[in-house]
Parts: sequence; C-alpha cells; structure tokens
Amino acid sequence: VKNQVKELRTKQGWTQAILATKLEVSRQTVNAIEKGKFDPSLPLAFKIARLFGLAIEDIFQD
Amino acid sequence: MVNTKSPVSKWESSVNKNMIHLNYWALAWVASIGLLGLGPQQLWNFDISITLMAILLNVSIGVRMIVVYRRAVRGQDEMQQKIFLEAAAMTLGILVVFGGSYQVWGAIQLISFEPQVWHLVSGAGLTFMICLIARTRKYQ
Repeated sequence: VKNQVKELRTKQGWTQAILATKLEVSRQTVNAIEKGKFDPSLPLAFKIARLFGLAIEDIFQD
Repeated sequence: MVNTKSPVSKWESSVNKNMIHLNYWALAWVASIGLLGLGPQQLWNFDISITLMAILLNVSIGVRMIVVYRRAVRGQDEMQQKIFLEAAAMTLGILVVFGGSYQVWGAIQLISFEPQVWHLVSGAGLTFMICLIARTRKYQ
C-alpha cells in the first residue's frame, strides 16, 4: 500500500518523532509506514487521516 | 512558529515504565532462581520448609513477571506487537522442532554431554532475541 504520510508530515513541518507522539506509536513505526514497509491497521489509518483532516483513501492507495 | 521538538507522550512514558518494571521483575526472577539453586545447600542446609518457601517465592515472582510482560507487550504499538508475535512464533516453532530431537541427542551419542532443560530455555531466549532483531531490521 502506497501512502502520502511523509509528504503530509513534511508539509506540517513535523518530524517523525512529533508525528509518532501525536499517533501514540514509536518513531520506528512512523518510519516503516512512510517507507511502505508496514501497513497500519484500520484504526491507526483512521487516526492518521483524522490528524491530517483527510479521508483514508486520500492518504493510502493500493 | 513550527514546533520541531518531540515531547515524550503519555504513551511513550507508559511504554518506558512498563519496560523498566519488566526488567526489575526479570532480575528478581533470575535472583529467585539463583536462591533456589544455591540456597538449600549453602544457606539453609536442605531445610524442606525453607526450600518450599523459596519455590513459592520463585513461582510467585515468575507469575508476576508473566503479568508484567503481558502488560508490556499489550502496551506496545501495533508494529512492535507484530514484531514480537513473529519472533515468538519463530521461537516456538524452532523450540518444538529442535527441542523434540535434542532430548535424544545424548542417548544416541550425537553430543558428549547430557541434554538439560536450561539448554533449551537458553536456546529459546537466544533464538527469540535473534528473531526480534531480525524482524526489527526488516521494518527499518
């Protein structure tokens, strides 16, 4: 699953550590999601979408 | 102004706290094993009532360590839990496959020493650590 997490995070001026704090996950998890090595669960994907004020499908694509 | 600092979240401090508790309980459990192994001969001259108390202490600390361990794993994020699960599954598989045959290695003279339970426990611990590191690297 491809995603726009890195672009959205950079646009906000956040580091991976800041995003990790906001999502209550580790920085390593944010890094793995951004690199597409780990696909988040639906609840975490919703959390990410809510944080950026977007729909899940705007952030994650097949 | 953009905030680039990363404050330690409630979640992060809770994970750290769980890990510190786990380390304390793991150390206490190892100490209680040591007490049980050495105490009867060196400290209380095989007094059965003290030995039973030492066993009870060891089991109680062990049970508490399992509870704390479970809490620490449940407190991790989903990727950490996935890594843990994969490492645990790999360890269990290897333990079952090799543990089954290892017990007869002594009898068939494949090894010159008597197979001991602690060999398997140590092997499982080492396997788990290696799997944990390997799985963590996979997601980096």
